[in-house]
Amino acid sequence: MEGEFNLKGDPLVSIVSAGLSKFGKLEGLYAREIFAEAAKEAFDRCPKLDPKEDVRALFVGHMGESYEHQGHTGATMADWAGLLHIPATRTEAACASSGVALRAGIYAVLSGLCDVVMVGGVEKMTHRTTPEVTEYLAMASDYPFEQWHGITFPGLFALMATAHMHEYGTTERQLAMVAVKNHHHGSLNPKAHMQKEIALENALSSRAIAWPLKLFDCSLITDGASCLILTKPELAKKFTDTPVHIVGSGQASDTIGLYEREVFTSLAAAKLAAKKAYEMADAKPEDIDLAEVHDCFTIAEIIAYEDLGFCNPGEGGKLVESGETKLEGRLPVNTSGGLKAKGHPVGATGTAQAYEMYLQLTGQADRRQVENAETGLTHNVGGSGATATVHIYRRG
Amino acid sequence: MSEQPPLTVEQFYKYILQGKLMGGKCKKCGKVHLPPRPLCDNCFSKELEWTEIPQKGKLLTYTIIHVAPTQFQGMAPYAVGIVQLENWVQIPGMIRGVALEQIKIGMPLTIDFGECVSTQQWPQWPRYYFKPV
Repeated sequence: MEGEFNLKGDPLVSIVSAGLSKFGKLEGLYAREIFAEAAKEAFDRCPKLDPKEDVRALFVGHMGESYEHQGHTGATMADWAGLLHIPATRTEAACASSGVALRAGIYAVLSGLCDVVMVGGVEKMTHRTTPEVTEYLAMASDYPFEQWHGITFPGLFALMATAHMHEYGTTERQLAMVAVKNHHHGSLNPKAHMQKEIALENALSSRAIAWPLKLFDCSLITDGASCLILTKPELAKKFTDTPVHIVGSGQASDTIGLYEREVFTSLAAAKLAAKKAYEMADAKPEDIDLAEVHDCFTIAEIIAYEDLGFCNPGEGGKLVESGETKLEGRLPVNTSGGLKAKGHPVGATGTAQAYEMYLQLTGQADRRQVENAETGLTHNVGGSGATATVHIYRRG
Repeated sequence: MSEQPPLTVEQFYKYILQGKLMGGKCKKCGKVHLPPRPLCDNCFSKELEWTEIPQKGKLLTYTIIHVAPTQFQGMAPYAVGIVQLENWVQIPGMIRGVALEQIKIGMPLTIDFGECVSTQQWPQWPRYYFKPV
């Protein structure tokens, strides 16, 4: 049974502020210090908010204790954000950890328990070696049948890529086009981990990580944090003249093992989450002006286009080739640079996508601003798709 | 049925060590689970029994791992794939006994039982592999 929220486009909650740390290799910083940087930006952007008085709970996404030998992330981040004593909860759903934190924040506000909450996420990764990070990221997948048999995290998406190429004729060149596009967008984002363009030929000739995926098909190992301040729609104007409303929210799950699924060319959880979010928002894929999708690997962006209804199944490769998902295209995707160029501090990614949507829908995206953007969508995937969240945003 | 070994991952790998590929079968609805589960995810019955799984199947998809986790670094590059066995259940595993460039979707494969990795740490599980028929 499901609760009846027949909202039909009415706001669920409103975002009144947002913060993002610099993304990149943040040497000498600890996760809590990076989270404090994101929180500070959110507080500074919203002078009418009294953090200690107004913020009634924190939900923070974080995937791995192994990176810093540090668990108990909820309380740690509340402490360092200056939000001592409020209920502080860590959410973990691999790379969708903060997409799920955002959902938890929506539950808290909609339930009436909290008028104002902070949601966010954080990960500090770059001080570890690549084999260590590879091992920690693999924990997002099934241990006894996937990790135990040497399947890495890029390996799972490579299994999807091979299947997609076999079934639909998607090419390695089309995969590389996703990387080239997102690096171009990242070059316009001063907070992106990598702010330089890449050439298609260089992407295609980069070394194999998990064939058919190459180095430039993979998102970056990045440090970073992100956060949002959410409130009830009727209170939004108390804090800002330019809120962004969340009008649709979907979350779904799937088998932890990729191998148990009926198809490897689509993520059922993402399709279900999208269906729910579109229904709540009373919106269709054609209504979306821009999207931030979970391009942990280039193939994931192509599958996202299909799962979100931006094109038919199997046509994702052609969609990127058409140029329609570039900044100047009909439906710009990953204007922030995406996980590919902005970077992928896994716990921070879900709310970092929402941060980009907040900037875009309040006209603050500077050189990468999408003109007349009214409605946006974010798509955050955990692991190989055992968790997915989709949110739809509308300019306030 | 109390003498039946439990429907667990641990027991699945004990069977692998004996050269057997075993899954669970729900006595109520007949669903076959690989890996085994203690609770049928279809009808919620706890009445399950071990059943032998066909050892042959076909390759559904695969990848060649070049950057491996620490413990697999010495083996890279290696192939892993998802295999659909003759009773339609699907499991992943490494593919060996074939040149990497000759691996193709749809190729027939059969299970190849490996040795137990003997360490002092959990888990004490063997590996199974796939090889061309």
